[in-house]
Amino acid sequence: MGEWLWSVNLMPTLPLVASGVVLPLDLQGLWTYHFMDNAFQAGVWVALVAGSVGYLMTLRGQSFAGHTLASVGFAGAAGANLLGWPLGLGLILATVGTALAMAGLGNSKDDQVAIGAVQAFAIGLGLLFLQLAPNYGPGAYSLLFGAVLGISDQDLQLLLGTTLATLGGLGTVGRPLLFASLAEDLAVARGVPVGLLSQIFLVLLAVAVAQAVQVVGVLLIFVLLAAPGAIAVQLTSRPAWGLLLSVVLAWAFSWVGLSAAYFWPYPAGFFITTCAFATYAVVRLLRWRRRPTKPDP
Amino acid sequence: MGAEVPPVIQLQQATVRRGGATLWREVNLKIQPGEFVAVLGPNGVGKSTLLKVILGLIPLSQGSVQVLGSPARVGHPGIGYLPQRCTFPPDLPIRGQDLVGLSLEGNRWGVPIPFIRRLWCRGGQLKREQAWVREAIERVGAGAYASRRVGELSGGEQQRLLMAQALVTKPQILLLDEPFDSLDLANQQAMVALVRELSTASQITVLLVVHDLNPVLPYLDRVLYLAQGQALLGSPQEVITSETLSRLYGAPIDVLRTRDGRVVVVGQPDAYSSSSR
Repeated sequence: MGEWLWSVNLMPTLPLVASGVVLPLDLQGLWTYHFMDNAFQAGVWVALVAGSVGYLMTLRGQSFAGHTLASVGFAGAAGANLLGWPLGLGLILATVGTALAMAGLGNSKDDQVAIGAVQAFAIGLGLLFLQLAPNYGPGAYSLLFGAVLGISDQDLQLLLGTTLATLGGLGTVGRPLLFASLAEDLAVARGVPVGLLSQIFLVLLAVAVAQAVQVVGVLLIFVLLAAPGAIAVQLTSRPAWGLLLSVVLAWAFSWVGLSAAYFWPYPAGFFITTCAFATYAVVRLLRWRRRPTKPDP
Repeated sequence: MGAEVPPVIQLQQATVRRGGATLWREVNLKIQPGEFVAVLGPNGVGKSTLLKVILGLIPLSQGSVQVLGSPARVGHPGIGYLPQRCTFPPDLPIRGQDLVGLSLEGNRWGVPIPFIRRLWCRGGQLKREQAWVREAIERVGAGAYASRRVGELSGGEQQRLLMAQALVTKPQILLLDEPFDSLDLANQQAMVALVRELSTASQITVLLVVHDLNPVLPYLDRVLYLAQGQALLGSPQEVITSETLSRLYGAPIDVLRTRDGRVVVVGQPDAYSSSSR
């Protein structure tokens, strides 16, 4: 299936009608191609991790860290591309390594500036690696916007492994992490190891970023990492439901986006972001209209 | 005289240094079960630090601190704590009752997803914890709004839920750090009365850091006055006098008592250390 790897225009069997509207006559066609099968599977694994970790990222207000990890992941993946390694491996080594280094830093202004500097340098480094590599154009394109249709069986194994590890980690630290994220002062007094949890969370976030980059790329990463969590926060006041809703949303966005990209000749990343943005806009609008003028005392 | 009751909190020769400066030196004090004590003193004198020492969050540089018969340790379920200036942003996606629940079981590993928990948690324990959460919420009279988003509640309502989370482990000691800071006078009085009632009914020892002594004065057993690296524990009549405070500060201090029983302290200098922790 290698010839599909960098394929942008995916119109294998599209029955177009005169008006330009596509009729999805054969929905089963979605599953007949191996690369589509892989893409859908990747969508599930990534949604499980990005949805749950992303919800906690929203609660903790750590979007900046997520962005930094994505930039570093870009450099890591570009480096892996240059060396001929699997992109997923380069991504995860770079992001997890950076998360471990960031864990030593605090959340002060100086540290934020330092992280910003590292972020810019990482993008520059990634640019250099891409230029040095033979497949400059498609390599850059897939890293920045994702190459979900080029996910190999090997990538899928790595995704499955990291998903299970991340969910195992979240399953262990979930409750104290939630407590520390919502009310740090109270958690500290109850003996929750807040510092350790914050380091563990950065590593989980690193894995989530590395995974999501493979589906939607560095530039669109927040569509799977931040948007589902942001929507879930609007819709429910129960953390458990919020977490599950965020996962379901990330899953729905990626599957709807992929299906749309199969039937229409436009990139999956565009459809996934459109889904997420439309949902977010609708939810904000509904909440804004439903909001009482003044909460009763 | 009967056998002496062991103190709930005991500091011996306690010295605390923060960032190179000594906050207090060789402080000795004993708090008895069921006492209602206000902690007073100028800004930066280490009132919140005292609570954190008792919580085991800040180590002493010298001396010892005993809480409920053993050295202070972090996460003691016998202590309920209400931190200073604890507020919640409006869109924090959590209900008041979740906050109280997290305070009870948030320090345990695992996931906070109820139907996953039910798989390996014995039903009895889960039910008992839910009952404790409900009980704490009822106790502070927050039942009507405990299922709403905590960030959307008023300051007084948030403060009551914070009180519920302090009570949820059924503690023997309550450490309250300026709990009336953001409340209007009516709410302040309702809260003080509530704390006093809890203290009397359940023999809970209360340490209350306050800025203004007057709202709590009628309810107090003793006051703990911190100043100039020293601590003075006694009844309000003993401690809040011109002579005692002047001696404590080493500078002239006037204590005025108005006709309606209010106390005004005049000439009190701020501590030089700028840290309020």
